Formats: sequence, structure tokens, C-alpha cells
Amino acid sequence: MIMPMTIRAIKKSEPGRVKAAFIRICAIILALIASSLFILLLDLNPADVYMKMVQGAFGTAYRTRETIVKAIPLVIASLGIGIAFRMQFWNIGGEGQIAMGAFAASFFALYMSDLPRPVLLFLMVLAGMIAGGLWALIPAFFKAQWGTNENIVTLMMNYIGLKWVTYLQYGPWRDPKSLGFPKIANFTDNAILPKLFGVHIGWVFALLLVVVVYIFMNHTKKGYEIAVIGESINTARYAGVNIKKTILIAIMLSGGLCGLVGMIQASAVNNTLSVEITGGVGYTAIITAWLASLSAPVILLVSVLFAALLEGGSYIQTVFGIPQAAAEILQGLILFFVLGSEFFVRYKFILVKKHQMADRHKITVGEEVH
Amino acid sequence: MENNYISMKNINKSFGKVVANKNINLAVRKGEIHALLGENGAGKSTLMNMLSGVYTPDSGSIFIKDREVKFAAPKDAIKAGIGMIYQHFKLIDVLTSKENIILGQKNSFFLNEKTLSDKIREMSVRFGLGIDPDKKVYNMSVGEKQTLEILKVLYRGADILILDEPTAVLTPQETEKLFKIMKKMKEEGCAVIFITHKMNEVMEVADRITVLRKGETVTTVDKASTNPKHLAELMMGCPVDLSIRRIETEKRKVAMEVRSLSAFNAEGVKVLKDISFNIYSGEILGVAGIANSGQKELCESIAGLYPVKQGQVIFEGENIIGKSPYEIIARGISMSFIPEDRLGMGLVASMDIVDNVVLKLYQRQKGIFINRKPAEQKSLEIIERLSIQTPGIKHPVRKLSGGNIQKVLLGRELDSKPQVLITAYPVRGLDVNSCYTIYDILNEEKQKGVAVLYIGEDLDVLLELCDRIMVICAGEITGIVDARGITKEEIGLMMVGAVNSIKGEGLSKYDNANDYSCN
Repeated sequence: MIMPMTIRAIKKSEPGRVKAAFIRICAIILALIASSLFILLLDLNPADVYMKMVQGAFGTAYRTRETIVKAIPLVIASLGIGIAFRMQFWNIGGEGQIAMGAFAASFFALYMSDLPRPVLLFLMVLAGMIAGGLWALIPAFFKAQWGTNENIVTLMMNYIGLKWVTYLQYGPWRDPKSLGFPKIANFTDNAILPKLFGVHIGWVFALLLVVVVYIFMNHTKKGYEIAVIGESINTARYAGVNIKKTILIAIMLSGGLCGLVGMIQASAVNNTLSVEITGGVGYTAIITAWLASLSAPVILLVSVLFAALLEGGSYIQTVFGIPQAAAEILQGLILFFVLGSEFFVRYKFILVKKHQMADRHKITVGEEVH
Repeated sequence: MENNYISMKNINKSFGKVVANKNINLAVRKGEIHALLGENGAGKSTLMNMLSGVYTPDSGSIFIKDREVKFAAPKDAIKAGIGMIYQHFKLIDVLTSKENIILGQKNSFFLNEKTLSDKIREMSVRFGLGIDPDKKVYNMSVGEKQTLEILKVLYRGADILILDEPTAVLTPQETEKLFKIMKKMKEEGCAVIFITHKMNEVMEVADRITVLRKGETVTTVDKASTNPKHLAELMMGCPVDLSIRRIETEKRKVAMEVRSLSAFNAEGVKVLKDISFNIYSGEILGVAGIANSGQKELCESIAGLYPVKQGQVIFEGENIIGKSPYEIIARGISMSFIPEDRLGMGLVASMDIVDNVVLKLYQRQKGIFINRKPAEQKSLEIIERLSIQTPGIKHPVRKLSGGNIQKVLLGRELDSKPQVLITAYPVRGLDVNSCYTIYDILNEEKQKGVAVLYIGEDLDVLLELCDRIMVICAGEITGIVDARGITKEEIGLMMVGAVNSIKGEGLSKYDNANDYSCN
């Protein structure tokens, strides 16, 4: 006789740390196995491909620097988004905030390029942070005032921000010397962030910010209030937290960090403003912030690994001559397993035997009542 | 044994390392009301959840009418004739009784409304339920809703009823009515399991009593051979004193004066109607009322958390209405409200005890940084004073048991040395020992000259603990009486607005309240 089973997912009472780490490592191994199958389909040796991925990310000093350059915006944007997420304010608007930060910084780079370099760069940083912060403040204000849904509003603000940059690029800011090509003029050297150890000093910002955000979230009153609001707005009200003010400050910070990413990318990486400047970092940072459980030091680690995955992915394209799509499928598979493992960290499965249920039919149902 | 409807043998159930049930034995006969008595955490709910198919036992067997059963899901238990009435009703407000009853049932596609109504009426009469098949649930009182829940499971063929602390939400009159229904079901040959921790109710309605303690069966006794004190001792495992002290203090100055306070909720319904009262230092003023009669709104209005339409709260010669919650806390008015889920207000579930204690301290600290050192010290003091069971001060509050969570909250509120202490449902769901700890603490505060506003559910406790009792009904004060010279029944009548000692309407509204009175 067949014994059918049904599987039920049950929430675990308390996932242990060791067990959680074990599950995550299993997920990575499974991801590598699954990817191997795909690589075999492409007629390549999986071990080779993985080797090359690691080499592509960290194989030479140059590639390591490139990986770091990719990691910098991810770290800073994840820190920013993490602050908002800790308050359970779902800031999906990183893209728009990055674009607006880049726009404001570019304004100074293009129109005040005669200023001394330190002054100009300082102004650009400030402008980028304020612009990103204000861009995030709009949905935050609507939420604090009228309880609008920040998911929708921050998302919509992305399109506005990006289209605004497109407009500048194709319209008023188009470089007359670019022979009709829709491109904004390159920044002068004055407006480009200097390098330290071969990488632009954005990495110093990123490391400092990891420390600052960590201290802010764990050891200041504001950071504490943000966490209380995120957990229970009623409790925050009850304890006398000024909720509107705290929401606005937290989101200003969140958007400000994203705005800083815009400034860094425009100044140090692209040397100009363009609509491609965000590179999807505003969205990718959501994943990295979550994977790091919103903890600042872990964000650093996860962002570097993520950047390595991106760099390694693009390296194997050239080495093995595989299409970009194939490299992205590999990245996708790895992410799928890692994100999916979070479910197994929180839930466990049990088997319920169907024959147990069948037994009950033999029981006489109480007829006395009818 | 031949009449055993249910027999549960050597039931074991663990959750992780926690053993909830250990070799439990329970036998319930046809036609009896069987009380399941035990403190919180004694394993009552776990045991009943296994009987109703929510959990499966790790080992042991369950026999229903001498057949062994293994339930994989609640619907299996329903098919076996077991009906569970939960504390929180599972009814749909906008539907009628009838619609709620047939909801989720496998019926033929078309309904025969007439037969259905007739059947419901017939059952309603047989068990003395008084259910109108066409009445909408939102028009029903709490007692009626509970009765409907009972009818629902009876209609589904249940002849074994489990009632999980059914009296917690009822007025004394409604409780009377419920007991009548239970006795009727017993006469009709049903088995009724009654979960409670109130001794007087057990003595009134149960035939036999099974006492659980720390996951084990202590014993099963006949009502005739026991008394409340004996039961309490079985429950606790040690001799107990069940009386609540009422400390006599000299009434001193008015600590706080509430003047014609009115408030509306988001739907524009008036939830507080012209509330006026004084509270004196060194007294415990009890607030009695059916659930959701304005207790929460009153607490929140005083604490500055609820929009007040009109009226004043005078504290130290100043009206505090319109002040921010923080200013009100800083002046020495402390409010602790234990909501039904225990965590909704006042505590941050995922944070540890220190971070929860610091919630009321950090705003007084200077600078932008938060200093957790004083809170660590205070956390240890609170744990010591209220004997909180916790692995440490860094343990997330969410993972503590309900009683310990409440102690953390109350401990923190007392720590702020308030002049007015508002405490709503501080013993909600607590075990007997913890309850008495909390009564003692409230008495201590009273002796120190604190004015305590105590919003409670259990009338017996209100009568014993408080100096005066204020009764509210639908947002209106229907009486402020001396607790020393009043009976539970009199308060019950005020709770439903049948007597209004404030307006002096006496029994004029009595006719409208026939359903609630005990005949």
C-alpha cells in the first residue's frame, strides 16, 4: 500500500547560529553544484570556471582594485538603505537618490570648476548628500504626515530622478563639443576624487561610514529610537519619541548616503553625469543590506563578496567567450540559493503521514447531538 | 472506565528543550464537566491543542470513545466530535449567526435556508442558547458571540467541548448564563472540558477536576472532596494564602483630577463620555468594565497618546491634556498597559531587557550617545525585585514567558518612581504566584503614597485589592463606589449600564438588560 505524505513548513522557534551558518554554507555548495550543471551544458569545466571567477575578482592587483571600486557604492548605499530598513521604512528609492545626488554634485563640478580642488570636492560631497537626502525626504514627509505607502512613493521617485538626469543629458547639459552625441561634458580634474593606493578615496569614505553607521545605530539615542520605531511604533509613541522628527532624520540620512554614492560614482568612476550612473546599485543594495541582516560590519563583507561575484562574472565572459547572459545566469543561480537559504534558516519541514489522517474515518462521529 | 469519552494516556510533548507535557493522563466521562486547572505554563493549552489536533503528541495515545485516534489536523478532531472554543472568537462580524455556522462546511451547492434556520433554532432551544439565526455578529454582545461559537461546534457534531478560559471576557451575569449552558450540555450527554485558573468557578460548575503542574498531572479529584484552598495548593505544589491584602492608608491629597474627558475614535464614535473622577495619593482606584468599554482610551488619554476632544486632566495644578507623552512621563505619570498580545505597547519584543529598560531612561541622558550602564544596573534590580525568570539581561524579551514579559514592563514603570501609576491588566494571563507578587507591589506603591489606577478584569480581585471601584460602561462612568461595601453582582449591573449610580437612574434601564441579569 502506498503511504502518501504531505510536507508542511513550520516556523522554527529559534534558529541557532551554528545551524544557520551551516544552512548557508550548504546553500552555497548547492549553488555551486547547480551552476556546475549549467556550466557543463556550456561544455566547460566547472572547476576551471570557478577558479577563473575568483581570479577575475582578486587574481591581480588591478582586478582587486576593480572589485573594490564596484564594492564602494554597494557598501555605502547598503548602509543608507539599512538605516531606513531598520525603521521598517522600505526605501526602494536608492536609484533616484543616487541619481539626484550625482546631479547636485555635477552641478558644482560643471559650473564651479574654478574653485580650488578641496573646496569643490567638499561642496560636491555636501551637495550630493543633501540632494539625495531631500529626494528621500519627500516620501518620508508624505508618510509621516499622511501615512502614504513609502514602497510606492520611493519607487516612483526613482523614475522621476532618472528621467530628470536623462533630460539634462539630452537637453540643457548636453556637451556642445560632443558632436550631437547625448553626453554631458567630462569633469575637470578639479572635480575628480583623488586616489589613495591606486583606488579612489571612496573606499576610505566607505570604511569610515561602516564605523560611523555602526556607532550611530548601536550607541546613539537616535539610532536607538529608529530601532524602536521599526519594532513598534506604538511603543515609540508611548515612550515619548518624536516620531515624525525621527522618521525624517533617519530617511534624510538614508537618502544622504545614497546621494553620496551618486557623487562618488559621478566624480571618481564616470567623471561625468549620465543616466547609467546608478548601475542598479540602488536595487542591489536592498539585497546586500538584507543579506547582511542590516548590520554595518556584515554589510561590508557581503558587499565585497557581491562585487567579487560581479567582477568574476564579467571576467569569465571574456576568458571563456561565453555570452553576458550566461555569466548572469551563474550570478543569478548563486544568489537564488543564498537568498533561498534564508527560508530554511527560519522554517523547517515535517512530514505528515496521510495514513494517520485516514484512521479518523473509522471513528464514529457523534450522532447523539443531532 | 466504560463511560470514558476521552482518555489521554502518557502524553508527552516537547518544544525544543522545553517539556510542555510529561506523561499526562486525563480521562473525561460522558455527561460531566471536567475542569482542567493549572497555572500558566502548566501545560493545559498544549494538552488541549493535542486533543483538538493542532499539535501531535511526541508519544502517548488518545482514545475517543474507546477508539485510538491520531489527529493530523484540527479538522480530524472536529470529525471525531471535538469542538474547541478559543478565547478569541473566530466569527465574521458582517455575517449572521446562521452564515457563520455553515461557513466552511461541506454543504450542497444550494442552501435550504428554512431547514437550516429551523435546525439552528431547535438546537438553540435544546441547549438553552437563545441564538437568533438571523442576527448579525456585530450586533451581538461578547456573551452572545461566545454562545454562537458553542452552537457552531455543536452544529458540526461535537459532543466533546473544550472551553479555553471562557469567562475571562464575560460579565458575572454572562458567566452565570454560560454555566447554565454548560450544565445543559452535560445533561444532554456531552463531555465538557473547562480550562481555567479561577478556583471559584471550578467549585461552581465542575464535577471533577484535573490539576496540572509544570507539565505533569498532579491528580484528578471530585469536586465534593476538595475546596479552593486545597486546589490552589495542588496547583502550586505548596501551601498558599489566597486572600489579597488591602492596606489601609489615610487618604491624602488629590493626586490627579479628571474633568469631563471626552474622546472620539477614528470612526467618529464617542469612546469616552464626560469622564470625571479624582484619584487620591495612597489609594488604589479600580476600574471595572466589560472589555473595550473605554479602558484603553482612558489610559491613553491620560498618558497623552489619545486625541482628547474636550476635558481636562489636572495634575499638580496644571492641565496636562495637550502635553506630549514625554512631558507627561517626566512629570511623574506612568502608564503600563498590557494589551491582549502583551507586547503591543510598552515593550520592544526583539530587544533585550536592558534596551527595554533604557526606553524610559535615555531621554534624560545628556548628549547624543546612549548610556546603557545605568539600565543594566536597573535591569538586574528589576529581575531581583520581581523575580523574573530569564537567562540574563541580554536575553530578548520576546523569548521570555508572558508573565516575565509583564514583570519587565511593570518593573520598569515602577522604577521611574511615578506619583500616578496607571496599570491596565497587569496580571493578564499570569500564574497565581506572579499575580500575588504584583498585588503586593501595587500595595507597596500605594503605601508610598502613589495614586494607583488599576484597570482589571477579575472582579473578585478588584473587590479585594482596591479602595474604590469606578465602573465604566460604553465609555461612560456608571458608578464610583467604595470597594468595601459592594457585591460583584452590583458591579456587574453597572458594567452593563443597568444601574447608574452617578446619574441616579437606579434600575430604570434594567428592562433593556434582561439578557444579562442573573435570574
